[in-house]
Amino acid sequence: MQDMCPGDIAGNYTEHRLRYFDGSQRTVLVSETETPYPEGRLIVSRTDLEGVLTHVNQSFVDMAGYTEQELIGAPHSILRHPDMPKAAFADLWQTVTAGKPWQGYVKNLRKDGGYYWVLATVIPNVREGRVVSYTSVRRKPSRGKVEEHAALYRKLRREES
Amino acid sequence: MTLQFAISPDFPPEHIPGWYIFNTWLQRELDCAIHLQLYDNFGDLREAIHADRLDLVYANPFDASLLVREKHFMPLARADNLQDEAVVLTADHHRARHIEDLRPGTVIAATDVPDIEMMGMIMIEPADLNRNNTQRITCDNYVMVAKQLLNDEADIGFFLAEAFDNLSDLVKNQLRPLVRSQIQVIHHSLMAGPALQERHATLQQLLTTMDTSEKGQGVLDALKIHRWSPLAQEDSEFMIDLMDTLMIS
Ligand SMILES: Cc1cc2nc3c(=O)[nH]c(=O)nc-3n(C[C@H](O)[C@H](O)[C@H](O)COP(=O)(O)O)c2cc1C
Repeated sequence: MQDMCPGDIAGNYTEHRLRYFDGSQRTVLVSETETPYPEGRLIVSRTDLEGVLTHVNQSFVDMAGYTEQELIGAPHSILRHPDMPKAAFADLWQTVTAGKPWQGYVKNLRKDGGYYWVLATVIPNVREGRVVSYTSVRRKPSRGKVEEHAALYRKLRREES
Repeated sequence: MTLQFAISPDFPPEHIPGWYIFNTWLQRELDCAIHLQLYDNFGDLREAIHADRLDLVYANPFDASLLVREKHFMPLARADNLQDEAVVLTADHHRARHIEDLRPGTVIAATDVPDIEMMGMIMIEPADLNRNNTQRITCDNYVMVAKQLLNDEADIGFFLAEAFDNLSDLVKNQLRPLVRSQIQVIHHSLMAGPALQERHATLQQLLTTMDTSEKGQGVLDALKIHRWSPLAQEDSEFMIDLMDTLMIS
């Protein structure tokens, strides 16, 4: 994945180097601007078995800040925020590859460096008895749950380093 | 053999004559007898599905999974102008202005329509409300839901968006939408059972072109449907996957 560009970022930002599960690296630029969850909407995506985006709905595009063309074919980790602990995604992948649904609170990174919180549910898509893809649907989390998870994830991040 | 055709119990009562007209048209086009059954609750409909008594179903999205994944029904078509969207309402005089103003103990008035129930519960999650910390009044129809709100028997009501939009201005002006879903991919579907497998393509062709004849258009008008759009198997599978994620809480 390409590094994020300062030209895309709104306002002040900090720079972080992310190392992904596949060993690749990317520089991400992060601001403190939160985008509120769009009322009444669901943010929907689908990936192949490797986590590469194959479908996104309009709310996904609006919230991520990338165009649909930039998203389709990109790994889902294009949205990974440096505040998210590795353990959350390890749990996600372990659960869905075992054929089970996963649910969790996720802080996502926008193209403009800002973030948004979601309550995400990921399920394996079974066709004729085989898992062929994954679908994720996000809904609006409560403020209390967001704060609880922000604190938990800070703790987990500290323990990582 | 007489085919058995069932309509999901959440049809608007004013469409009953329309469904009979549609059934008459379908019998003529297919040249076979079809018995139309209007169930008045979801339990009876599901019992009929489980007992393999049905050949054609106009199904609520909630029942699509049972029909497609367990009973091997195949999707035929959807009404291209109708979507299942939900609104959470309060009485205009209620103190809550936002979903987040709602507190544990909130009393919910709702019908037994399962997808509207599911979307309503999801839209109150941001206030940390769930089945365990809310109370429930189940109503026979949306007019009764509105009445519970206006009489302060309930704090919020779950409505099919279309049913809310169709209320009289007099009632609508006394209600306040707190949030309205914009999901856009959840809808009722017309589905055919295994007995119709060989005639599936014919049936789909018939339905999706009926708006091109004057007679067919008249039948659609009686149901307030603009036209039937074809539904592929994967369209329904996608909607069912989405519904599956929403049922996890
Ligand atoms: C269907 C699906 C949806 C996902 N949604 C997100 C998401 O919204 N944000 C995110 O950071 N990771 C998401 N992931 C996890 C990513 O694939 C990836 O594991 C994560 O971003 C961490 O990157 P890494 O595994 O390369 O370290 C999703 C995975 C799947 C299968």
